[in-house]
Amino acid sequence: MKPIVRAENLGKRYSIGTRDAAYDTLRESLVEAMRAPLRRLRGRNGKQNSETIWALKNANFEVKPGEVIGIIGRNGAGKSTLLKVLSRITEPTTGRAELYGRVASLLEVGTGFHPELTGRENIYLNGAILGMKKTEIVSKFDQIVEFSELEKFLDTPVKRYSSGMYMRLAFAVASHLEPEILVIDEVLAVGDAQFQKKCLGKMGDVATEGRTVLFVSHNMVAIQSLCQRALWLDHGEIIEDGAAGPVVSSYLHGSFGGGASLEEVWPEAETAPGNESIRLRRVRIKPVNGSPTDPLTTKTPFTIEVEYWNLRPDAKLHVTIHLYTEHEIVAFTTGSGHELKWAGQPMPVGLYRSVCQVPGDLLNVGRHRFKVLVIKDGTSVLYQHESNATFEILDLVERDISTYGHEPGVVKPALNWSTELLGATDSDPQPEDRAS
Amino acid sequence: MGISTTDDYASTVKPASQTTELAHPNPAHLSAVNLPDAPLVTIEASKAWSASELHDLWAFRELLYFLTWRDVKVRYKQTELGIAWAIIQPLFTMLVFTLFFGRLARVPSDNVPYPVFAYAGLLAWTFFANAITNSGNSLVGSANLITKVYFPRMIIPGAAVAAGLVDLALAFVILIVLMIYYQVMITWSILMFPVVVLLTTLLALGMGMWLSALNVKYRDVRFALPFLVQLWMFVSPVIYPTSFLPAKWRWLLWLNPMTGIIEGYRSALFGLRFNWLALAVSTGLTLVVLGYASYTFRRMEKSFADIV
Repeated sequence: MKPIVRAENLGKRYSIGTRDAAYDTLRESLVEAMRAPLRRLRGRNGKQNSETIWALKNANFEVKPGEVIGIIGRNGAGKSTLLKVLSRITEPTTGRAELYGRVASLLEVGTGFHPELTGRENIYLNGAILGMKKTEIVSKFDQIVEFSELEKFLDTPVKRYSSGMYMRLAFAVASHLEPEILVIDEVLAVGDAQFQKKCLGKMGDVATEGRTVLFVSHNMVAIQSLCQRALWLDHGEIIEDGAAGPVVSSYLHGSFGGGASLEEVWPEAETAPGNESIRLRRVRIKPVNGSPTDPLTTKTPFTIEVEYWNLRPDAKLHVTIHLYTEHEIVAFTTGSGHELKWAGQPMPVGLYRSVCQVPGDLLNVGRHRFKVLVIKDGTSVLYQHESNATFEILDLVERDISTYGHEPGVVKPALNWSTELLGATDSDPQPEDRAS
Repeated sequence: MGISTTDDYASTVKPASQTTELAHPNPAHLSAVNLPDAPLVTIEASKAWSASELHDLWAFRELLYFLTWRDVKVRYKQTELGIAWAIIQPLFTMLVFTLFFGRLARVPSDNVPYPVFAYAGLLAWTFFANAITNSGNSLVGSANLITKVYFPRMIIPGAAVAAGLVDLALAFVILIVLMIYYQVMITWSILMFPVVVLLTTLLALGMGMWLSALNVKYRDVRFALPFLVQLWMFVSPVIYPTSFLPAKWRWLLWLNPMTGIIEGYRSALFGLRFNWLALAVSTGLTLVVLGYASYTFRRMEKSFADIV
């Protein structure tokens, strides 16, 4: 079948300027501010002195009409750049793409909403910005309002809406677009679970109607259930292109093991972080079973290991870990202070390893980091280390309930529930009730 | 429980698609096989204007309307006096000018009562000044749109200029009231009024596009703009007629495209003799500005999303 999208050698280069020192402060700070988001990318590429960066490189692919394609990859891998090029927001530096249909892009929900305008006015404005004709908006107006469930607030300025209402209205407009090609960035990461489900349901409709969708998400459950095909981008290049299932699983294995990001080692005591009392030797995260490169899911038990040299004879030490979520909330604090073997005991000079067992079914999905504190005499902090090791807790690829996306909560424990029938009522149960 | 996600997904979606079948009443035009032979859009590093750009501009004409409507609607939201501000601005400026220049300094006014004379000049000037100020800052103010959705970027400064036309229309009503009060007769020359308004709009559009594009790259424009507008007003015959200057220096004023335009407003409104030469110079300069601005805009447009 003829492709509806054909990309040949598509590339996008950003210049990030030279680092000459001769700027005055205002100017330099401006340049720095603009460069900051790109620096991580640059560091990863290892090209410290280069002046340009290829956010997207040699992208070649074709999309058949009606295909729903998931685009996956780490932050900064070029996913959004690809979407921006395809939706004509930014021009490619090299190559070309041919689009045999109208494109609508949804890189952000509620683009162009004006806080001073009412819900009704914003439906028209947002619709027009997304490329709908006025007649089209008029004819779909009632459906949009119905989908948003905001009939009562239509004549209220959206600045008075709650963020949930705002999202509902915005998505209601966006989901009524009828382009041949729909380009969607991670817009579903916001909103509550129920709303996400509704939006994904709506997108499912879109897919069954033969529309072509390119869809960026970090949500592997959504990717696997919505997309037949997936593109894995890394450092601006397409690493793998194929059926969604296999691509997702090789992405999960290839991306989040790699030891390096999960471990910090300082072999030399002289240069290791620490002070005259203690030096760190190693901190690392490791799944309890399987290889260290296996991905961590919400169900995987893992260990946090801290190795350190005690340099002072008979010091009474213990290790404490503060574990942070990606929102910089401390998910929990745990310490080795109650360990029977060493609690309150003087420790000889030497190399120690403290291992903390973190059970499965504890942490929620997302990126985490931790801080290691070495404590003396149970109270005073001898040394603290902000570990660079970050690790990602992934969602289970196969889940038994049909919610997508993050469930709210710092942690996601598996807790026991039990329900009893306390007394049957007289009326005949409805069939629906029984089914649920 | 224990069903795979895919099955579960299907079970949650199918009923939904039945209830929302109205959403897409006629997906026939989407049928996968009927793809056009030539691509609708080809994305590549482009060099200059192409036919598709003009076609896009036409295709997005409704967005121009909506953005203009938004600007007008939003401008006076949460103000007590609302749209009256469109009138207050030129009216009070006129009163102050009448007092200082008309009464105290006795600036001549081509045999038209000074208040009407000054108001007509201010009508043109206020429109022009607000239009270039608003459109000059429009792209930077629409960064959220530019980085998130495609449409021809010229629509943004265009809408800012068009929104000014609404204020102009309101201020024009007051002018009519003033002309009736001072018994200034309307003549057939009024037919030229739309022409000079169009000329002002085009000049404002050209200046606005150029300034807004520069503003994306150099935020200095934001600070230079009010200053530029102020200086420009004093070299335009807003509060004085061109006849105020000695005849041998008048041609200098004509190098300012606003000179011919403002004189044109007065000639059209008060039935004065048109200075066709000045008007022709203004038209020529306007076209040059417009051409240069759209060329510059088009050249800089591709990097807007990356640097705004």
